[in-house]
Amino acid sequence: MADKLKFAFYWNASCGGCEIAVLDINEKILEVAALADILLWPVAVDFKKHHIEELPDKHIDVSFINGGTRTSEQKEMAELLRCKSKAVVAFGACASLGGIPSLANFHNREEIFHRAYIETPSTDNPKGIFPQVKTGVPEGEVELPLFFNHVYRLDQVIDVDYYLPGCPPTPEMIAAAVTAIATNSLPPAGTVFGGPSTVCDSCKRVKQEKKVKGFHRIHEIIPDPERCLLEQGIICAGSATRDGCGALCLNANMPCRGCFGAPDGVADQGAKLLSALATVLDSNDLAEIDTMINQIVDPAGYLYRFGTSSSLLKHKLAGAGESADQGVQAKQREVAK
Amino acid sequence: MSFEPKIVGFLCNWCAYTAADLAGISRLKYPDNIRIIRVMCTGRIEPSFVLKAFASGADGVLVAGCHPGGCHYQEGNYKAYKRALLMKKLLPQFGVAAERFRLEFISSSEGEKFAAVVGEMVAKLKTYGPMQSVNLRLAELDGILAEAEGGAAGGRQA
Repeated sequence: MADKLKFAFYWNASCGGCEIAVLDINEKILEVAALADILLWPVAVDFKKHHIEELPDKHIDVSFINGGTRTSEQKEMAELLRCKSKAVVAFGACASLGGIPSLANFHNREEIFHRAYIETPSTDNPKGIFPQVKTGVPEGEVELPLFFNHVYRLDQVIDVDYYLPGCPPTPEMIAAAVTAIATNSLPPAGTVFGGPSTVCDSCKRVKQEKKVKGFHRIHEIIPDPERCLLEQGIICAGSATRDGCGALCLNANMPCRGCFGAPDGVADQGAKLLSALATVLDSNDLAEIDTMINQIVDPAGYLYRFGTSSSLLKHKLAGAGESADQGVQAKQREVAK
Repeated sequence: MSFEPKIVGFLCNWCAYTAADLAGISRLKYPDNIRIIRVMCTGRIEPSFVLKAFASGADGVLVAGCHPGGCHYQEGNYKAYKRALLMKKLLPQFGVAAERFRLEFISSSEGEKFAAVVGEMVAKLKTYGPMQSVNLRLAELDGILAEAEGGAAGGRQA
C-alpha cells in the first residue's frame, strides 16, 4: 500500500468529458487502481477539499486537473493541488489551452452576466438580481466564488509540469502518461503528450493541390471520404493543429476542429489557420476573393475554438476603437429602454 | 501631450519599401509614427506578425506591397490580400477596429501615395486613441496575471 502512487483528479471549468475519458481507458482503469490510490476525484470518489488540506505538501504524486479557470474557487483548488502534488498535469484542451470555455473571452463578466441572468429567453429575473460574492442573509453572510472576467489556462494560474491536450485526451495518451509515471520514465517538464507535427501528417486522406473556389459548412455538402477535406472547401483545422490524436475526427469524415492546439514552434494556432484558409482560395480577382472570404461567418470561432486563452490577443480588448463604439451603442440601447 | 499613435509597417522590398525610400529621397513630409520592417514579399507576412504587433501595443499595422499583377514572386501580394480580408473580419471580434489594420498596394514609383497612406492612418488612429497591450489589459481584468507576467521576474508564459 505504501508503495502505491497517489493520484488526484480535479475538474475546473469543464464539461465532464475529460472525466469520461479517464474511464474510457476501460479495463486499464483497473491497472490504474492497482497502481495508484486516488485521493481526490469528485466525479467518482468521495473525498473532500479538507482531506486534501490535511495532507502534507507534495504528498500526491500526480494531480490531473482539467478545465479552464473561470472562478476564484477553481483557482484556489488548483493552487491547493499544486502545493500538495509533486507533478501537475494539465488534462485536456481546457486546462492546456483554455478550451471551449475560453471562447467567453470575447466577452467580459458584465456582458456574460447580462446574457445569462437577463437576456436568455428562459430567464425570469424582474428585479435584475446578479450573483454576488457576498450576500447578507438573516443567518449571516454567505459567499459565492468570484467569477473572473477572463478564462485562464491552468499554467496561467499555477505551474504545470505536463500537458495532455485534446477534447478529450485519447485513451492511448492517458495510458501512455500513466505508464510513464508508473515506470518513472517521465519526459522533461513542460512536455506536451502528443505529436510534434500537425494532424495533416497523421491524416490518411489523399492530399493534392489545395485550391478551392469557396467554403462549405459541414451540413452543406457530402464530402468524399477519401480526399482532403480542405481541398473540398470544408474548413479543417488539421494543418494548424498538433497531431497525436490519430486524426480521429477525419476518420469519421469530420473536419479537425483544433483541440490539440498549436504544433511545436507555432505562436498562434488561429493565425496559422487563418493563413492556410485564406491562401487556399483559388482566385486572383479581388472582388471574387471578397465574396469567398465572406463565406467564413465567424472567423474567431473557427480559428480559436479551443484556444482563445492561448491566442496572442487572448481577450476582447476595450478602447481599441471598435469596442469603444459598441460601448456607446450599448449605452444607447439602455437609454432607449 | 497629444497622443501619437505607433504604426508597425511591413513593406515589401520591391515596391512599398522602395516607395518609402522614394518618399524620403523626394523630401516628402509624412508623420514619423511608422516603424518600418522590410520583408521580401507581403506573402511572407504571417498573420501572427500582425497579431503580435497589436498584442504588444501597436496602434496600427500597415502591410504594403506591389499592385495586383506586379508581385516579384507572382502572387505573394494576392496571398497577403486574402489574409488581410480575413484578418479584417477577425480583429473586430477581438475588439480591435478593422481600420487599425490596413493593406495597401503601393508601387515603387508611388512615394506620394506612401506618404499619404501613412498620413491618413495617423489621422484615423488619433481618433481611435491608444491600443492597450494585451498584458496590461489582462492585468487590469482580474489582477491575476499582473504578478506572473507584469513583473521583471515574470516567468510564466503569457
